Amino acid sequence: MRIIVNGEEREIEERLLSRALCELDFGDAVVATAVNERFVPASQRSAIALNDGDRIEVLAPMQGG
Amino acid sequence: MLLYNVELASPLMLGTAQYPSPAIVAAAVQASGAEVVTVSLRREASGNLAGQAFWSIIRDLGTRVLPNTAGCRTVKEAVTTAHMAREVFGTPWIKLEVIGEEDTLQPDVFGLVEAARVLTEEGFQVFPYTTEDLVVAERLLAAGCRVLMPWGAPIGSGRGLNNVFGLKMLRAHFPDVPLVVDAGIGLPSHAAAAMELGVDAVLLNTAVAKAGDPVGMAKAFALAVEAGLLAQRAIPMEPREMARPSTPVFGRALLA
Repeated sequence: MRIIVNGEEREIEERLLSRALCELDFGDAVVATAVNERFVPASQRSAIALNDGDRIEVLAPMQGG
Repeated sequence: MLLYNVELASPLMLGTAQYPSPAIVAAAVQASGAEVVTVSLRREASGNLAGQAFWSIIRDLGTRVLPNTAGCRTVKEAVTTAHMAREVFGTPWIKLEVIGEEDTLQPDVFGLVEAARVLTEEGFQVFPYTTEDLVVAERLLAAGCRVLMPWGAPIGSGRGLNNVFGLKMLRAHFPDVPLVVDAGIGLPSHAAAAMELGVDAVLLNTAVAKAGDPVGMAKAFALAVEAGLLAQRAIPMEPREMARPSTPVFGRALLA
């Protein structure tokens, strides 16, 4: 399945968002996720099935002003 | 200073961006005495997980974090970013930015009020990055904001307080609302001036991060806000148009 992760096209096997994050090497990282511009809380990641072409945002703490 | 029922001793809040190194961020925050630092959310690269290392440094500082919605241009973007920030940083605080204009990074105050209303209803404690406009301030308070963060000048410009009159009006109209001058501060004297006119705190980033010696500048700002606060509490004299001798005229010798 081809999805867009942080603006880049990626090929993944896993369908569930929680498993896809592991496959994409985010592991236990502190991140927040959105699928197709909608926030997906961590508690709901295992209930979200991804579809071909979905756009995933994986955000982490960064420097800010 | 009380912000959403949190007592803070230092009137200085510091941004964490643009420093030469993570070690200098940490040293600058410590030198500044800031108890609140601003942070953001950005895309994480799965290869190096840079965000995780940054977050570890910030957590070790032991300060409160104020996540921002920097770069957001719509209500939807800002609200979604706030949700993501609340989960990652574990705080209901959000520095709400809805940017309306590219050259000045001026807030879109219409979107700001709407986003503030939505987020307040969802339990966020909103710190709105706004202008000095009194009517907008009224609307933000009606939307549930309990802090106002008027700009001093455009973000990153270092121009200081562009509208002293406007900030004074804001202070006079809302004597009991915490005011934080956010953005545009370039020098410690700007920060002192803001405190002297009665605002409760200043939030700055570039002036420290882009100084030749960020740690030294952070200390300078710490002293400046303290001086400004002490001066404001001590009630400054009224300026005059004409000179008036400070040394007594009475008793002056006739030597001419």
